[in-house]
Amino acid sequence: MSRNEPRITPELVAEHGLKPDEYERILKLIGREPSFTELGIFSAMWNEHCSYKSSKVHLRGLPTTGACVIQGPGENAGVIDIGDGQAVVFKMESHNHPSFIEPYQGAATGVGGILRDVFTMGARPIACLNALSFGDPSHPKTRHLVSGVVAGVGGYGNSFGVPTVGGQVRFHTRYDGNNLVNAMAVGLADTDKIFYAAASGVGMPIVYLGSKTGRDGIHGASMASAEFGEGAEEKRPTVQVGDPFSEKLLLEACLEIMAKDCVIAIQDMGAAGLTCSAVEMGAKGDLGVTLELDKVPTRETGMSAYEMMLSESQERMLMVLKPEKEKEAEAIFRKWGLDFAIVGETTPTKRFIVKHGGIVMVDLPIKELGDEAPVYKRPFVEMPKLPVIKVIDVRPPMRLPDALEKLIGTPDLCSRRWVWEQYDHVIGGNTVQRPGGDSAVVRVLDGPKALALTADVTPRYCEADPFEGGKQAVAEAWRNITAVGGKPLALTDNLNFGNPERPEIMGQFVGCVRGIAAACKALDFPVVSGNVSLYNETQGRAILPTPTIGGVGLIDDFTTAATLAFKAEGEAIVLIGETIGWLGQSLYLRDLCGREEGAPPPVDLVEERENGDFVRALIQDKLATAAHDVSDGGLLVAVAEMAMASGLGATLEPAPADTPPHAFWFGEDQARYVVTVPAGHAEALLARAAEAGVPASLLGTVGGTTISLSGERPIQLKVLNERFEGWLPTYMAGGPP
Amino acid sequence: MKAAVLVFPGINRERDMARTLKLISGQEPAMVWHAEPQLPAGTDLVVIPGGFSYGDYLRCGAIAARAPVMDAVRAHAAKGGLVLGVCNGFQILCESGLLPGVLMRNAALKFICKDVYLRVERSDTPFTRGYNAGQVVRVPVAHGEGNYVADEATLAKLEGDGRVLYRYAAPDGSLDPAWNVNGAINAIAGILNDRGNVLGMMPHPENHVEAALGPTDGRGLFAGLVDHLKQAA
Repeated sequence: MSRNEPRITPELVAEHGLKPDEYERILKLIGREPSFTELGIFSAMWNEHCSYKSSKVHLRGLPTTGACVIQGPGENAGVIDIGDGQAVVFKMESHNHPSFIEPYQGAATGVGGILRDVFTMGARPIACLNALSFGDPSHPKTRHLVSGVVAGVGGYGNSFGVPTVGGQVRFHTRYDGNNLVNAMAVGLADTDKIFYAAASGVGMPIVYLGSKTGRDGIHGASMASAEFGEGAEEKRPTVQVGDPFSEKLLLEACLEIMAKDCVIAIQDMGAAGLTCSAVEMGAKGDLGVTLELDKVPTRETGMSAYEMMLSESQERMLMVLKPEKEKEAEAIFRKWGLDFAIVGETTPTKRFIVKHGGIVMVDLPIKELGDEAPVYKRPFVEMPKLPVIKVIDVRPPMRLPDALEKLIGTPDLCSRRWVWEQYDHVIGGNTVQRPGGDSAVVRVLDGPKALALTADVTPRYCEADPFEGGKQAVAEAWRNITAVGGKPLALTDNLNFGNPERPEIMGQFVGCVRGIAAACKALDFPVVSGNVSLYNETQGRAILPTPTIGGVGLIDDFTTAATLAFKAEGEAIVLIGETIGWLGQSLYLRDLCGREEGAPPPVDLVEERENGDFVRALIQDKLATAAHDVSDGGLLVAVAEMAMASGLGATLEPAPADTPPHAFWFGEDQARYVVTVPAGHAEALLARAAEAGVPASLLGTVGGTTISLSGERPIQLKVLNERFEGWLPTYMAGGPP
Repeated sequence: MKAAVLVFPGINRERDMARTLKLISGQEPAMVWHAEPQLPAGTDLVVIPGGFSYGDYLRCGAIAARAPVMDAVRAHAAKGGLVLGVCNGFQILCESGLLPGVLMRNAALKFICKDVYLRVERSDTPFTRGYNAGQVVRVPVAHGEGNYVADEATLAKLEGDGRVLYRYAAPDGSLDPAWNVNGAINAIAGILNDRGNVLGMMPHPENHVEAALGPTDGRGLFAGLVDHLKQAA
């Protein structure tokens, strides 16, 4: 059935990332030796990235349903109902390995891929977020990677024309050889005009849309499913090259033909390109698919079937068209200057057949290609719990004002302005809250509704206690949405871990997923889409477990959204939530005491919910004039961020007698918020909290140009600001790490 | 006001611009595809919005400047019709010969998106009559190539004729290199052609027009155009 294709040898099988027992499974499934192209297809469909073979059994434990859920995991993106016939379509996906090898293009195509996932479903993208994890600032590659990744994220999103409104950036030595780029896209559609991947009807034309196919990105998905050894950079040719211009055209053309009701099914060509998209459309629709590769638009001559089936050239789509709409659809694509070619049809046979040069190169059972992928219950071990760090064992290395001034200028707490000023965050004219707050707030069309969007995880907590860390990631996303007054609706998860074949890594994965599930259930915050990225290891060293949570919340009236900046002199500052002064895994302990130690702060999900619901109601009732969640760095850092955002200082009450001041001000206890209320309203707020059974205490008063702690020298806002804004631009300009 | 917003492939702020024109003038602008040889009859303002026309491949604005619709724009301008180019629109106007000079990469070699302060140099033009001379307005920029450059003779003529309408300035209106966001020569943010009917500017006044979202300093430019056209009619 093949011509001029290499013979299948055990070495060739191994090069395709297939284990001997997996190859045996293929032989049994098809009853013969696969052709070279078929082997490539199995390798693409059965790698970790596409098959979720290590993660599947555990992901089943995540709650994926809820009142607002229209489409949970399994489609190109999740879909939720936000009322008024409107739906939000969103997902987060990683592009870690490509971004390490070729930071600009890797990050750019990560953004391109996730945008495509969203508009494939009929949604116009209205916002992007991203979560970036880099190695230690002192590592020689870190600057290069930060610079390339940020430029790539911006380069794609800015040109495509979507505002990039939020995200996360962190530095840690465990990402030295394996940075993370998690990109999230959020789109808006009509609930009655969502498009899915499942084909229907026999003999329907399958249309290839978008850019031409080249040799770029062949085996990209397989690369993403292996650890890096030495010489990872040699894999550069497997990184795709992005063309945001073509993607913008593809967006407009797709939305135009969707509006004209031409489309039966649509699937973007992402990982494993033509293979994955064609198989998914057929398998989901219980149909066979026949492709004629001679009709595929190519930008290089002499491409083999193998290369065409595995190319990950960007900005391409596969669509099943209503036959009577063929001419109309073609005219729209021609107008946008895009390729449009009928490359196959649906069949009743449930076979996946690929012809090239008149020869059948592939003839495989379509359902089994996806469904019969191996599923592993990999062995896992849970790490022993780390000891709780006692406050008495943490001697403050410096006075409180020095500690704050130092912490605020550390790589993990300083301003990310250098990053987000390279992203167009105002295009669209709907950005209500720009980057730098708890959540970005993006108005829905002309309002008054708005979305609160955030991306969160605290990997050092996840490493120290995967279950608590998983809970915390969800809780923090939920809290960030709450802090702007939003009602958290649903989330997308991007689970980044090391090699799942190592039981301790699998243990991290299982623990985090269980923690995520527990928090999702307790907070009514279902998972509607996601992505798993495993094998994030270089030479045997894994990244910190990093399950990034992308949260979406709804604000009924965007003019009532809260911001974190203090508003006026004399206003009362109130802490919501309980502080015992948890220093284990805090940034204070790590960055000032040099100890990355201990159990992370536990997350009490009942308390989390009560405190959050209380704060959200305060905002919605227009009682709070500012709100901010307390997270990395603790209470004093939260207060400092509110002060810097406003230019107004604060005079703070002494720490409670039973809590040492450094633990009170820098502990990272969870489920806490800082809010302000107008002068004279503090008593009423405290009474309301007491009535609701929510811990609340007066923290101080807004005013002046310093932060004043009792018995300490005043901390100048000017100095804080310089330190906060200074580190990243100085570092990127070649300054000290 | 009968505005026409040009749409080249890769333009991406056309919706922002159309929404603002509608908001300020009350009238929906016509969206005109790049392949059209003509503007809608009665067009009194052509707007070339921001974006990445043709991906900004080759050179920003270079391909768009040669699109069929640009002949119609040149004819419109030659008759004294108003043309406003913002961001990529400014680049296209320079490439098409309707404005002098060129926009180079930002001095810091990075894309930059932030609010900037512009000093309005004079108020006696259709594009600035909504402001007072010397007024400072806050609007966002979002570009990688907004660093305006022209040869000495051109620059001398622009300055001598008072055709620099907007300059990057400090919040108090003083000129300070620290506030010149992209390193443009003479802090130039927006210039007029010699006839006074074509303006190109890098910042995005169309993104600062709604109080609920923040500053509204961009309104003046559009309100001024509406006034001007009303008076001319």
